[in-house]
Amino acid sequence: MDTKEIKLKFPIFKNKVNGKQLVYLDSANSSQKPKTVIDRISKFYSKEFSNVGRSVHSLAVTATNRFEETRDLMQRYVNAKSREEIIFTKNATEAINLVASTYGEKFIESGDEILITELEHHANYVPWHFIREKKGAIIKFAKCNDKGEVDIDEIKKLITNKTKIIAVTHISNVTGAIMPIKKIVDLASQKKIPVLVDGCQGAPHVKVDMQELGCDFYAISCHKMYGPTGVGILYAKKKWLDILPPYQGGGGMIEEVKKDNITFPGSPTKYEAGTLQTAEVVGFSESIKFIEDVGIKNIMKHEKEILEYGLEKIKKNNSVKVIGEPKNRGSIISFTIKGIHPHDIATILDEDGVAIRAGHHCCQILHDKMGLAASARVSLGIYNSKEDIDILTNAIKKCNKIFNN
Amino acid sequence: MDIKELYQEIILDHGKNPRNKNICKDFNKDAKGHNPLCGDKVHIYLKLDNQKKLENISFEGEGCAISMASASIMTEIIKGKQFNIAKKIQEDFLNMIKEGSKLNMNSLTDTENMTMMSLSGVKRFPMRVKCATLAWHTFIEAVEGNKKIVNTEN
Repeated sequence: MDTKEIKLKFPIFKNKVNGKQLVYLDSANSSQKPKTVIDRISKFYSKEFSNVGRSVHSLAVTATNRFEETRDLMQRYVNAKSREEIIFTKNATEAINLVASTYGEKFIESGDEILITELEHHANYVPWHFIREKKGAIIKFAKCNDKGEVDIDEIKKLITNKTKIIAVTHISNVTGAIMPIKKIVDLASQKKIPVLVDGCQGAPHVKVDMQELGCDFYAISCHKMYGPTGVGILYAKKKWLDILPPYQGGGGMIEEVKKDNITFPGSPTKYEAGTLQTAEVVGFSESIKFIEDVGIKNIMKHEKEILEYGLEKIKKNNSVKVIGEPKNRGSIISFTIKGIHPHDIATILDEDGVAIRAGHHCCQILHDKMGLAASARVSLGIYNSKEDIDILTNAIKKCNKIFNN
Repeated sequence: MDIKELYQEIILDHGKNPRNKNICKDFNKDAKGHNPLCGDKVHIYLKLDNQKKLENISFEGEGCAISMASASIMTEIIKGKQFNIAKKIQEDFLNMIKEGSKLNMNSLTDTENMTMMSLSGVKRFPMRVKCATLAWHTFIEAVEGNKKIVNTEN
């Protein structure tokens, strides 16, 4: 993969950070945007903008068509059975809240169990906590082992007749562990338990095929997929969308409104209340095209190569401790350095133009379990190169020098 | 600017060998400070006598070098001082970190001034200002507040 050529497609890399070339290693947090995405938003506002799905004038028709094209592209990208299974939300967090709220409202009662894991991002815990509070449900946490992964047996042994949903991450945003989603779905389906997958770290980096994974719900963050902020996607099997209640009420999601009764249309309209992030959704179509042009298999191959190179080089520094050693790892390396707090690491790296994340990465449960308040995290995107890793590891050496450890 | 202006020797020394990092005996006031965004935590313990003198002050906590050094430096400087003086030092310190103004307390020794000034580099790192100011806000909360909890995001 020619990352120099790829970087040219992302305007951000033309800028210097602290006088240095930008080494962006924070894509798990949010990815950078190709020029095609940025230009598409600008073009939409300049030439095609109108609200979608409402008016009958020409601009409204164009805007609606452009907006709906993204839904078609996404249906193809995740291999959903129908376009109605693709719902636009404001982010992946809202996608999970939508399921927790609607499914939780209808199907979860006092004493019922929600099964999640210790690896979950707060976005796949807090919404379930609300249901726990509201309904008197119980949340069970499948244990993470010292390799930073959740063994399928840990999930198996927690499934009971009271389990009403299993909500798991596709790829841990801390340890990088890739979860055995298919096996989890197989287990769950024996008891007819739906499975929700937090796909934030999955969709941008690995092949996601809903027919292959078989999960009931899959939440996607578009800004982590080289797309605009403000857009998330919920994939949901049609059978659920047909029976779950609407999420938010408002314009655009109704069928008929009377003083004594309101009726609702089918999915996705039922779940898309109010004016959505129209230009961003249209812009996102270019992100999907970008990923498809490069090819998800090429992305996987490239990121694996950089990941392995990065792991090897980072581990050479004896003061660095990499968190977790999952057998199947996504493009994420979290680590600590003896005697240096992750925030100090991030500040020192930033001075060399190296952008990483420091903190608990919205995974306090996992950090508590590991006895850490925070960690430093390197996460890859399609634009990262071996040279980026070299600059990173040199900057880490600078931390050692400053702190004299 | 050079990163070493932020991580000066004094700061690294206080970060590695924090002074007054314990729970002081006979404390009669305390407060907790928490920065949920980066996880810095500090718990300030102090003894205020009848004359409003800070007879003793100490802290416990965990966090980055900046937050720990700042807590350590603070306890060293305000220990034994009258609360009204310590409060002025706090205001002076916050002005230095947030506005970049010079310290103007006449009552501080040159060494005290120099030690406090070692944190002035934080001004140029906006994301780290909360790390440097957490202990100082928590100290005021311990004496004057009623919640006894400082949260940088509230």
